[in-house]
Amino acid sequence: MTQLTNQTDGHADGIAADISRQLPQGITPEDLVDFYRRMVTIRTIDERIWMMNRQGKVPIAASGQGHEAAQLGSLLAAEKDGNCFFFPYYRDLSLKMGAGLTPTQVMLSFMGKEGDPYSNARQFPLQGADLEHNVIQTSNVVAAQLTQAVGYALACKMLGDDKVIFVYFGDGASSQGETHEAMNFAGVHKLPVVFVCENNAYAISVPQRMQMAIGDVANRAEGYGFPGLIVDGLDLLASYEACREAINHARREGPVMLEMKLERLMPHTTDDDDSRYRPKEEIDAVREKDPVAAFSSFMLEQGYLTEEQQEEIRAQARRAVNEATDAADAALPPDASDLHKNVYAP
Amino acid sequence: MAVKSVIEAVREAMREEMQRDEHVFVMGEDVGWRGGVFLATQGFIEEFGPERVIDTPLAEASIMGIALGASFRGMRPIPEVEFADFLWPAVNQLIGEAARVCYGSDGSLNAPVTIRIPYGGGIRGGLFHSQNVEAYFFHTPGLKVIAPATPYDAKGLLKSAIRDNNPVVFLEHKKTYRLVRGDVPEEDYVLPIGKAEVKRPGQNITVVSYGLMVHYCLEAAELLAAEGVAQVEVVDLRTLKPLDTETVLESVKKTGKLLIVHEDNITGGIGSEIAALAADQAFDYLDAPIGRVCGPDVPTMPFAQTLEDAYMPNTQKIAQALRNLAAY
Ligand SMILES: Cc1ncc(C[n+]2csc(CCOP(=O)(O)OP(=O)(O)O)c2C)c(N)n1
Ligand SMILES: [Mg+2]
Repeated sequence: MTQLTNQTDGHADGIAADISRQLPQGITPEDLVDFYRRMVTIRTIDERIWMMNRQGKVPIAASGQGHEAAQLGSLLAAEKDGNCFFFPYYRDLSLKMGAGLTPTQVMLSFMGKEGDPYSNARQFPLQGADLEHNVIQTSNVVAAQLTQAVGYALACKMLGDDKVIFVYFGDGASSQGETHEAMNFAGVHKLPVVFVCENNAYAISVPQRMQMAIGDVANRAEGYGFPGLIVDGLDLLASYEACREAINHARREGPVMLEMKLERLMPHTTDDDDSRYRPKEEIDAVREKDPVAAFSSFMLEQGYLTEEQQEEIRAQARRAVNEATDAADAALPPDASDLHKNVYAP
Repeated sequence: MAVKSVIEAVREAMREEMQRDEHVFVMGEDVGWRGGVFLATQGFIEEFGPERVIDTPLAEASIMGIALGASFRGMRPIPEVEFADFLWPAVNQLIGEAARVCYGSDGSLNAPVTIRIPYGGGIRGGLFHSQNVEAYFFHTPGLKVIAPATPYDAKGLLKSAIRDNNPVVFLEHKKTYRLVRGDVPEEDYVLPIGKAEVKRPGQNITVVSYGLMVHYCLEAAELLAAEGVAQVEVVDLRTLKPLDTETVLESVKKTGKLLIVHEDNITGGIGSEIAALAADQAFDYLDAPIGRVCGPDVPTMPFAQTLEDAYMPNTQKIAQALRNLAAY
């Protein structure tokens, strides 16, 4: 626990720019290129989905723009560890797609078509379960996942497997009673849970100061008897390092909370108009803190990828997303006879 | 009279009650500068200030519990739950506590809270933005439950709810918000809680419904009239609890045939109680088995268009059931 360290204090002011440093332990340049590729594809599909909503082809979407680095950093740490399980929330496209979904699967899900890997189009996009990639997200009811994640961790402990459970939630979700109850139980039983708070400072329109009387959600962890740390959530490698340490800690000593300070670059969902409650200057300023742009600059400046190579990766992503869009567009929704299937387990 | 939408009627009812009585205030997620996710409280924070228009933390148990506590001290809170689907954390304070306050204090304490809940499907909301929750409250003595279908009823009943001394669950069907428009008087008016309304008179078949489905029933009734098959009487319950048994029975005794329509799951729904009522108190008048067109027993209408359509009762399904009843 002593090696867990705070990376910043305060919100994510310009920290994404601080990128000149050595590669963290366990990371190769190939990993970086791999995750750069995933990040670019995810951003490309995220933008496409928003466009398709405007064309009337995607009924609803919560964009993950601004949250990519935090989620992918945790995924990188989890993949290196090899024995983690995930309870994400609705803004975690990067985690869910990064974990192994194809662009076509993602598009099928957003368009409500047969082949949606999470619920076969019963739920909003990418909700349900993707057990192949170790992900459960039963709903988009805010904070319902936290107690479930703790229960999953309890069962892992009972069954003697060595998994570490990642559970993701927003700053808004941190107000929900169940969030407190989950953390309290995890603390009492020293369960191997990493609580990842993706703090973008808004719950739809409600700014953090109206949600809580404190500046850092991480401070609450102490009250549950485990460490809480602040992480630069706009920086993939910062997230990776914090999550790597957190995994080790969770497995040996019990829960950890990581508060990833980051930004919501888009309105809450395609149904939202953030100009109603967010000043234009703030929206413009937030756009400058794009974690994908920051990671691109890092890769360029550190010499892992040339400008041409990055352009080639972007072009590949565009092609993949185009193909996925066409495939999903041509696909059919589930047959009406599916309605009564699987109300109960056999 | 001016033509208004349901959401405008809801907004006006609250605004006028807040102007009329300083004990009335609204609280909920995003009700402030955003004006609510459906814009029910648009302009309120500008007019009444942040003390009477409270943007709460995201925590429904506390929204209901704090409203309840404030009502004990004489306030008339209007807590809003963003979608019915997110109500469940508040159920302890609503069903567990508020419903029992008057009875549990033998009448010395009451709980004048009106909790507003957008509900219902047909809007591609999937499992967690479409739920019908009325049966849970319908089952609970101590609560009043209102589910209007038109702007006129929404405004008059919401005002009555706010002035009522009991906890009232006010259910607003999301699909009616902008779709349904109608005349709303400029002047102050209230409508009685617990009174159904015959929205269309008819001699041959009674159809009982509430909320969005009332409109589909009216369309189906027109279809049957045009086909020359039957004159259908459409009874809009408006208030689910207390149930207006008198209006329902009177209509059933007149027509001798009863169809009940709701979007909520069929088993244990409002329709079960109405069928029992008719069997119990109008048995001798019935000329046909009581029919029901309701949501099937699957957990909420799914996201895919095909599955949502398969779930939802609609004009055609209702018309077919009416034809079957007419032919019986
Ligand atoms: C229990 C519950 N209440 C309300 C909502 C409606 N809602 C959806 S997202 C949201 C805000 C969540 O904010 P936060 O947890 O900070 O996550 P973010 O969207 O900012 O990533 C609200 C109020 C919900 N989905 N579930
Ligand atoms: Mg947030």
